[in-house]
Amino acid sequence: MRTETALRVDLPRVIEPRVRPRDRAAIGRRIALYVALIVMALPFAVPTIWMIASSFKPLSEIFASPPTIFTDSPTLAGYREAFDFQPFARQYFNSVYIAVLVTMITMFVSSLAGYAFARIKFPGQNLLFLVVLIGLLVPSEVTIVPLFQMFKNLGMINTHWPLILVTSLAAPCVLATFIMRQFFIALPGELEEAARLDGLGQVGIWWQIFLPLAKPALSAVAILTFLASWNLYLEPTVYITSPDLFTLPQALTRYTDAYGGEMWNTQLAAATMTVAPVLAVFLIAQKQFVEGLAHSGLKG
Amino acid sequence: MTTLTTRSGARGASVDAPLGAPARRKRFWTLSRRDALTGYLFVAPQLLGVLVFVIFPVGLAIYYSLNDWNVFTGDLDFVGGKNYAQLLDDPQLPKVLGATAIFSIGVVVLNIALGLGLAVMLNRRFRGVTFFRTLFFSPVVVSVVAWTLVWGFLLQDNGGINGVLEQVGISGPNWLQSGDTAMIAVVVTQVVRSVGVNMVLFLSALQGVPSELHEAARIDGASNRKIFTSITLPLISPTLLLTAIITIVGALQAFAQIAVLTKGGPELSTTVLVYYVFQQAFSFNDIGYGSTLALMLLTFVMILTVLQWQLRRKWVFYED
Repeated sequence: MRTETALRVDLPRVIEPRVRPRDRAAIGRRIALYVALIVMALPFAVPTIWMIASSFKPLSEIFASPPTIFTDSPTLAGYREAFDFQPFARQYFNSVYIAVLVTMITMFVSSLAGYAFARIKFPGQNLLFLVVLIGLLVPSEVTIVPLFQMFKNLGMINTHWPLILVTSLAAPCVLATFIMRQFFIALPGELEEAARLDGLGQVGIWWQIFLPLAKPALSAVAILTFLASWNLYLEPTVYITSPDLFTLPQALTRYTDAYGGEMWNTQLAAATMTVAPVLAVFLIAQKQFVEGLAHSGLKG
Repeated sequence: MTTLTTRSGARGASVDAPLGAPARRKRFWTLSRRDALTGYLFVAPQLLGVLVFVIFPVGLAIYYSLNDWNVFTGDLDFVGGKNYAQLLDDPQLPKVLGATAIFSIGVVVLNIALGLGLAVMLNRRFRGVTFFRTLFFSPVVVSVVAWTLVWGFLLQDNGGINGVLEQVGISGPNWLQSGDTAMIAVVVTQVVRSVGVNMVLFLSALQGVPSELHEAARIDGASNRKIFTSITLPLISPTLLLTAIITIVGALQAFAQIAVLTKGGPELSTTVLVYYVFQQAFSFNDIGYGSTLALMLLTFVMILTVLQWQLRRKWVFYED
C-alpha cells in the first residue's frame, strides 16, 4: 500500500548533478523557471500572508479599495474582540487538550496493535488485520449519523467524549496502526531472538527493544494524529452545542454579529492564532511533517 | 476466578500424588500460547475501536436506511425499501450527484496536473528549491476551516481578489454568489490546500526513475519533451493513477470546505453528496434518508478504495 513507500518519503534528495548555467539560453530558462514558480506561489502564500496582515487592520480598512496588504495603523482590536466575543481561551485549551490526549492514546494503541500484527503470531491474525483495515475504508462522514444516535443514547452529546473516543480509536488510529505495522515488519528478526535470550517477554520486547527503534514512525503518527484532531470540523459541529465546549475550527466560524454578518478582522485574528503555532512548528520540523502527512494521502 | 480455584485444587491434589507426577503433565501456558494471548491483548483496543466506532455504526446505518424516523415520538418505523425508492424520486439528487462529479473531477484533474507540474519543476537543483517546496507544501498544515475562511474573505465581492482585479481594470464576478464561479472557487480552494501532498509523492516517484534511462535517451538524441512523455511518464504512471484515486476519495469527503465557503449554494450548485448527507440527517432530521445517502457515499468510496488496493497489489514491484 501507499504507506510502504510513503514512510521512505522525505524532502526528496536532489540526484541531478548541479548544472551551472553556462550559456544565455540556460540563464533565460532559469529566469523563466523562477518567474513561473513565483507566479504559481501566489495562491499558496498570499492567503496566509493576507490573513496575518489583515488581522492587525482596523475594521474600516479590511475591504479598502485599492486593497492594502500591510496597514499603516495596526491595531489589536481584532485580537481583543476574539476573546471578548467567545470564550476563545477556553476553546483554545479544548483543542489543545483533546489533540494531545488523542495523539497519546493513538500512539499507544497503534504501536501495540502494529507490533502484534507485525511480530507476534496468533491464530486469526490476518483476518483480524483485515477487520481493522475496514476502518480505513469507511469515511467518518458515513458513520457520523449512527454514531450521533449512539452517543445520544449514552448521554454523551455536548461532551468531548465522542471527539476523543472516535478520533483516537477509529480512522486516524487505523492509519497509525497500519504505519506502525509496516515499520515493525521491516525490522530484522534477530532483534527478538537476542531479546528472548535475555529473558524478555513480548511486553518487554515491545517496550524496550521495538518502541525505541520506532521513533521515526511514531513521530509521523504523532504529527498525523495531532493535525487530524486539531482540524476536525464535522464531528464537533455535530456533537457540540455550547460555546464553552467548542474546538477551534468550530469557534472560527461563529464570529458573526447580531445580523449574521461576519466579523472579519476578529475572525482573521482568531484564524491567525489557530494557524500560526502549527505553521511555526512545521517550519522547524519540516522533514517530519512531510513524512507524516505524506501518509495522510491514504485518507485523502 | 474459576481457573484460580481449579488450579489451587489441582495443586492440593498433587500433594498426595507421587513425586514428579505434575511434571509429566504438559504445561498449558506454552510459549506460543502465551504469545498468542499477548497478541490478542495488544490488538484488542484497536480491534474494539473499529468494531464499536466503524463496523457497528455501518450496520446501524443499514438498519436506519430501512426505517423512517418519527421526529415527534422518536420512534423508528420500518418502511422497507422506501428510502431507497426515494433515491430515484428525489428531484434534488441528480443535481447533487452532478455537483459531486464536477467537484471531484475538477479537483482530481487540477490536483494531478498542478502536483505533477510542481514536482517536475522542483525536481532539480537550483537556489531556493527547498524554499519553494516548503512554500507549496505549507497549506497542507493549515487548518481547513481557517484556510477556507481566508479564501472566503478574499473571494467576497469587495474582497482582495476583486480588489486586485479592479486595479488592472477587470471587474471581477461576485465569486460565491453564482453557481459556476462558486464551483470554481471551492475546487481551487481545495486543490491549493492539498496539492502539496501529491507534489511530494510525485517528487519521490520522479526520483525513482533511474537516471541511466534519461542519459541513454539523451545520447540517442531524444528531446526533453520526448524523454518526459516516453520514459518518465510511463514509469510514474502507477503512482499517478493511485494518487488520482486517493484524491477522488478525498474530494468525496470534502465537508468543511463546502460548509464554510458556500454552504452548498447558491441553490444546489455546490451541494456535494457528503454535504447533502449532513443536511438531510442533521438539518432536516431525516435519519432514514440521510443514512441511505451515506451508504451511497460509502459504496462510491469502497469501489474506489478496493480498486486502488487491487492496482497497488498489481504494481507493487514498481515501488521496490
